[in-house]
Amino acid sequence: MDSTKKQHAAGADGETRRDFLYLTAGAMGAVAAGTAVWPLVDSMSPAADTLALASTEVDVTSIQAGQTITVVWRGKPVFVHRRSAEEIAEVRAEAWQELRDPQSDQSRVKSGHDEWLVLVGVCTHLGCIPMGSKTADVKGDYNGWFCPCHGSHYDKSGRIRKGPAPKNLAVPPYEFVSDTLIRIG
Amino acid sequence: MSRPAQTEKFQNPVVQWIDERLPIFTMLIKEYGVFPMPKNANYLWSFGGMALTMLIIMIVSGVVLAMSYTPHVDMAFNSVERIMRDVNYGWLLRYIHMNGASFFFIAVYIHIMRGLYFGSYKKPREILWIVGVVIFLLMMATAFMGYALPWSQMSGWGVTVITSLFAKFPLIGDGLVTWLWGGFSVDNPTLNRFFALHFLLPFVILGVVFIHVWALHITGSNNPAGVEPKSEKDTLPFHPYFTSKDGFALVVFLTVFLGTVFFAPLALTEFDHFKAYDSMVTPPHIVPEWYFLPFYAILKSFVYDFTVVLALLAMGGLLLAFPAAYVFFKGDKKKRDMAFMGLGALLGGLVLITLLAIATTHLEQPSAAAYLKVVIIPAALQGVLAMFGSILLLVVLPWIDCSPVKSARYRPIYKKCLLVLLISFITLGYTGAQLPEGWPVIAGQVATLYYFAHFLVILPYLARKEKTLPVPNSISEDPCCASKGN
Ligand code: HEM
Ligand code: FES
Repeated sequence: MDSTKKQHAAGADGETRRDFLYLTAGAMGAVAAGTAVWPLVDSMSPAADTLALASTEVDVTSIQAGQTITVVWRGKPVFVHRRSAEEIAEVRAEAWQELRDPQSDQSRVKSGHDEWLVLVGVCTHLGCIPMGSKTADVKGDYNGWFCPCHGSHYDKSGRIRKGPAPKNLAVPPYEFVSDTLIRIG
Repeated sequence: MSRPAQTEKFQNPVVQWIDERLPIFTMLIKEYGVFPMPKNANYLWSFGGMALTMLIIMIVSGVVLAMSYTPHVDMAFNSVERIMRDVNYGWLLRYIHMNGASFFFIAVYIHIMRGLYFGSYKKPREILWIVGVVIFLLMMATAFMGYALPWSQMSGWGVTVITSLFAKFPLIGDGLVTWLWGGFSVDNPTLNRFFALHFLLPFVILGVVFIHVWALHITGSNNPAGVEPKSEKDTLPFHPYFTSKDGFALVVFLTVFLGTVFFAPLALTEFDHFKAYDSMVTPPHIVPEWYFLPFYAILKSFVYDFTVVLALLAMGGLLLAFPAAYVFFKGDKKKRDMAFMGLGALLGGLVLITLLAIATTHLEQPSAAAYLKVVIIPAALQGVLAMFGSILLLVVLPWIDCSPVKSARYRPIYKKCLLVLLISFITLGYTGAQLPEGWPVIAGQVATLYYFAHFLVILPYLARKEKTLPVPNSISEDPCCASKGN
């Protein structure tokens, strides 16, 4: 009895060595639980084959000025739009500093390939696909793209001008393999 | 639970034998036989039982549907078409399951309104109420994932729009959505996990319903008078009085349900739900199922970004509120300090997020004007927060409304405000389905404003200031009951 009392002898604040054991055991338990849960959680992240989805190559030879084609990259549509000289002049004449997501048209294309606009065709609001790539499509107030879901209007540089979307249509990572071949991704 | 009584309780020896070892019959008699129900409970008290019945109907029809359903993007739509055309009674199972979800929500919405009207969330039923809100949230998740399974245009695009909401959270948003999707777009991994969860969650709901009923049987039911039963005179045994009443109500409810299944099975569904999903073409008008519309409308009501300019204005307003609070709480030093602390916390928080937003924004051409336009909380994130917040408000409702009077019967002003809340909610349900332009946007914004004002301003105010009518001493003395000669 006496010896147990001594073993559990309380420190100045009534803490015992047992409290310390409880704490360490609890901490170890939490670490173990976390370790056990992580594989379950991470199994829901994109799998290796999904991540390995190859980049997409697009041959742009047949696209006429003013035309847009849609290609699939990582399950998402990518718009490849060829612009006429007037179109480029028009979007560049505007004061972009005042826009919601201020970006110059120059910073959204590859210099030297200014006629090519490459955009991820996913509305930055909630992920619908904006209309405007087909000739007959509604193109919105800024004659670029229009998202029917909640009414976002994008201009000819894919920049958000009106509606709920917060950002410009994203420009995917891409490069010109040759003058007529683009590799996206 | 104590040990079973020594004396024989049941005539049937088999029942007696089982009950001595597992007192399941004793429990059934206690909870569903002699269980005391307030004798004035009206038909609004029948909707909980209806909701439970719908849950069971959903589980039974769902399990059979799952036997013919294929959760793969290339086959899901066709497997559901096969259920409709080739599987014996497949059309019936699917129509029951489709419309069953709607009727489940109808029952639960009425059940919740009943609680709001008669103050069923108040002491001592807070936990019972919160568990109910959890069930509601789980139901929404389940129905949302179920709607994805037929892999129609509405399925795929509904999932895209709703999961994209999570991308609005700062910093973690994009990673979170990729994790939810299991890829970079809504695709096969998404459909697969939705099927697994859609199968699982109803059984989780069943478990939570068990806790809900457990809590109910600790506190007992509330009633239209909102006063707790005081003596045996105030109550009636559940069986046969309420088994028969609830049973009758259930038959009427199921008749309407089956009438819809047989005669108007598609009345509640959008036609784009019968076209296969095309990940390259968004349908012109995406509408969620009707039971999500009010919340969807709240989401869409937020159209202005919260920018640095607005933050500065709000800070100015808060600074002015300090002297106002000083004057207002002049007599009460404790309350004044509380008000100061609250205002100080708001101001501090506002300054913090403003600085954070400015620090994390990269400007191509920095200038004072450009900084004023930096967005702190984008409209879409406001919408997401408000949508979740509108439901979370229900969780804290027992502490928002601390009026000692439960039933709206004796709260004349609360009663009217609740009616306005209902009208706002229905308005939101209507505007949620409209294109986001013109007057529906404004109507939706007004209704959203009322929804939040109701909970955050009106209820706390009424709890303190409302002149309530005299509450009866007991259920038996309630004039409503007395007149019926009970
Ligand atoms: C809380 C209960 C449940 C709710 C609210 C619910 C809701 C839904 C909804 C709204 C749909 C879409 C119907 C359509 O448009 O065709 C659906 C489909 C489906 N559900 Fe459920 N469900 C529930 C329980 C279950 C259970 C327990 C299972 C299986 C064990 C299940 C299996 C299925 C299957 C296989 C489909 C796809 C076939 C179809 O679309 O008819 N459900 N569910
Ligand atoms: S998803 Fe495009 S406007 Fe909402």
